[in-house]
Amino acid sequence: MPTVAEFKIEYKRILDFKGALVAKPPAFATDYEEVRGMYRAMTRERLFDAKAVNLQRTGQLGTYASSLGHEATHIGVGAAMRPEDVLAPVYREIGTQMWRGVTMTEILTYWGGDERGNDFAHARHDFAWCVPIATQTLHAAGAAMAFKILNEPRCAVAYIGDGGTSEGAFYEALNLAGARALPVVFVIVNNGWAISVPVAEQTATRTLAQKAVAAGIPGIQVDGNDVFAVRDTVAAALDTARRGGGPTLIETLTYRLSDHTTADDSGRYRNPDEVREAWTLEPLIRVREYLVKAGAWSAAEEQAWAQECAREIDAAVNDYLKGSKPSTDAMFDHLFAEMPRHLVEQREVARKYATTTGGTSSGQSSGQ
Amino acid sequence: MAHGWEMQHDDRVVVIGQDVGVNGGVFRATAGLQARFGKHRVQDTPLAEATIAGMSVGMAAHGLKPVAEIQFMGFIYPALDQIVNHMSRMRYRTRGRLTCPVVIRTPHGGGIHAPEHHSESTETLLCHIPGIRVVCPSSPARAYGLLLAAIRDPDPVMFLEPARLYRAMRQEVADDGRALPLDRCFILREGSDVTLVTWGAMTVETLRAAVELDARGISAEVIDLATLSPIDSEAILASVAKTGRLVIVHEAARNVGVGAEIAAIVAEHGLYDLAAPIQRVAGFDTVMPLFKLEHDYIPGVQRIVDAARLTLTD
Repeated sequence: MPTVAEFKIEYKRILDFKGALVAKPPAFATDYEEVRGMYRAMTRERLFDAKAVNLQRTGQLGTYASSLGHEATHIGVGAAMRPEDVLAPVYREIGTQMWRGVTMTEILTYWGGDERGNDFAHARHDFAWCVPIATQTLHAAGAAMAFKILNEPRCAVAYIGDGGTSEGAFYEALNLAGARALPVVFVIVNNGWAISVPVAEQTATRTLAQKAVAAGIPGIQVDGNDVFAVRDTVAAALDTARRGGGPTLIETLTYRLSDHTTADDSGRYRNPDEVREAWTLEPLIRVREYLVKAGAWSAAEEQAWAQECAREIDAAVNDYLKGSKPSTDAMFDHLFAEMPRHLVEQREVARKYATTTGGTSSGQSSGQ
Repeated sequence: MAHGWEMQHDDRVVVIGQDVGVNGGVFRATAGLQARFGKHRVQDTPLAEATIAGMSVGMAAHGLKPVAEIQFMGFIYPALDQIVNHMSRMRYRTRGRLTCPVVIRTPHGGGIHAPEHHSESTETLLCHIPGIRVVCPSSPARAYGLLLAAIRDPDPVMFLEPARLYRAMRQEVADDGRALPLDRCFILREGSDVTLVTWGAMTVETLRAAVELDARGISAEVIDLATLSPIDSEAILASVAKTGRLVIVHEAARNVGVGAEIAAIVAEHGLYDLAAPIQRVAGFDTVMPLFKLEHDYIPGVQRIVDAARLTLTD
């Protein structure tokens, strides 16, 4: 029988876990100021993330999904995007969001149970966190469709987790993007675990990147702990998309070094040896080694940067903690452009029964 | 516990869902079941709600009794296509040839300081679907008895588990395999002046309101609806015939809520028993807010007390 279709999936790694180049480096990788910038961002993400977990543990933040171990993917994606592109995150990609200007205070505000955290001061065109799994992939495809129709040279980037690739919406997004050659890049962050379910129980495929094949689009797997490989791959995919070449599916292989969220206890279902092993491959060490070997980073700089991050984090936490409880009006004020009468009435009821004083502090008119 | 009993006594019962296996469910509802009954009968599914509902249809039509978990009610929507178009009408459209004895369990309601989409109470969407039952227990004992009844029922049952009662309420429950009746209310407190109808976690606030009303000399009867669809009209009408006043309390949004159906039933069949207009105390017609405001959304005791008193003023 003749073969009518074949596929292969390539794997990209540029910087190995010891900080050695194992492939031809892209131009940015030998621009040490660039690399320092990415490394600083990765460190900043990790330090902030640790603080957020700590705030939850001490009852000062709600349930929080740690990004520990995902920093290379997050910063690689962020550095490859242009500001005018659109990000459709899931709920763990704070590194990319912070790169794009989302503030630490906004992140804490959202996870602190307040929608004002979604009202980004920068990156105003990015989508907000997306908890219903895989739904954001279609939003990114839709945004890309808008760019195409409006003839804007912009791209959309959608994140999704390994578990999310089991959802129908994910395949629908790939299919649409392929069929219409949309300027969108899908990034599957394969961290091995969907809460307690490992990838091997999620799917029988060898790679998640090959899910692109059925949609007729390119798929590639990269070392998700290698910021060079991630940035280079995403940048190339964005370049293709921007030139009308259509979408790409990128699988970044990494590891969830934390629990799923602070409400989870991975000790119930995960072998600690596996986690220990994963720590040896984590993404920060290799970049630091690479920079140190090139004489572009030092222990003193490391310490100074950590101190600077700590100051920034403390200030953000301070802002977050002194933020006021939202007014009960906030439940009503943003539901419609113009408030229907029944909501005006219900807003009055909410004010009357507000659980703490200051329920009407937003200064909105009473609507009577 | 009800899972365990029924799996022990009926080989056709299987448990499926996200993280129900080794992890035992994010609320620990299926803890230990996989170790006890094996990976075939207690299966982690891929992360896909349409998969969970759709495979339940297939399994149920062919000899099994799936008890499926949707991890949070806010994630049930991809499953609705399967529930509305297949699960609920398999018996009907095949004239009884194929059936769907499925239970879909999902946490219900807020008040647990959870992230976005984890605190929904959208039971109305389910109650509107012909061919399924919707059940919402209000205590561990009723969860046990009603879940057994739901699993044994030959038709699909949506089983909504009040999330804030998972942690708030502890109760010794005899693991004796005794089911409680579906399609029946439970009278939690007898009274003569006003009937308070509620379900799920709101029974807690409503019972507290009844105590406060009692202190003001008002005798409130508290009814736990338990089965939200179909509604036990007889019990509600009998209570209203006695008290002449009705307050319906639910956490879900007011607009087209289950409370509206109860009010319509009483308007149709018990209007002349009413001494005052029916009152509804419900969640607002807004999105369930993130947790900083969730207790401003969920009706509190004072709102219930005030509504009950309103039915007693001229």
